[in-house]
Amino acid sequence: VQLDLDVSRRGDWVVLSVRGDLDLATAPALRQRVASLVADGERRVALDLGALDFLDSVGLGMVVACLKRVRHVDGELFVASDEDRIRRVFELTGLADAVGLVSSVDERVGEAR
Amino acid sequence: MTGIVELEIPARPDYLSLARLVVAAAASIEPSFRDERIDDLRIAVSEATTNAIEAHADLSGDDRIVIRCDLGDDRIEVEVRDRGPGFDPADVVPPPDITAPNRLEVERGLGLPLMRVLADEAEIRSSPDGTAVRLVVYHTPASS
Repeated sequence: VQLDLDVSRRGDWVVLSVRGDLDLATAPALRQRVASLVADGERRVALDLGALDFLDSVGLGMVVACLKRVRHVDGELFVASDEDRIRRVFELTGLADAVGLVSSVDERVGEAR
Repeated sequence: MTGIVELEIPARPDYLSLARLVVAAAASIEPSFRDERIDDLRIAVSEATTNAIEAHADLSGDDRIVIRCDLGDDRIEVEVRDRGPGFDPADVVPPPDITAPNRLEVERGLGLPLMRVLADEAEIRSSPDGTAVRLVVYHTPASS
């Protein structure tokens, strides 16, 4: 079971790139990483799911949990993906707007480059 | 092409990706199965198998889940069976409406609705001895 989490920086946003499958087995690792970013003082988190292979409702729920974790400290989090199979899960559950789904990190923070 | 493929896995989260892999590979044997439909199938199977794994969460021992694929000419039928304590599908509280202000309060409970949207048929039979979820996905969308 593989989930790769890479952290990079774009302006005042920290970009967390998620690769692999986000499901019951791997979702806790995402929660942990976002919690540690918040603990390190990060307040603007971009969740890049552009290279994610698979997302189900447990992974989706974890994305929502991460969003709430960041908002709890008055931070911001958005989700980026241009993969139809990933976007579809957000759209079918009506959560696309709630998580601020955009096609790419650039679409939201391009100006900070 | 028709045939039966059966997989038995330990009721543990780290076997979830194997369940998806095998079902998707079995479906791919039929070239007319569209990729988008196989994506739908992978998610629906993941939801059913996740529920089965979680049904065993409080049980000890070497619990196993059986995933049986029946490959038909125009569809795949997948049954996911567990030996957990069972539940009444009617008791499952539906998530809030997608426009509800409390929408984000839901982190779980999206699995059954998602499974029902993605599969062409989804049937849950549950008893105190276990639960069987039967999913049917047609090679092409039923509506087209």
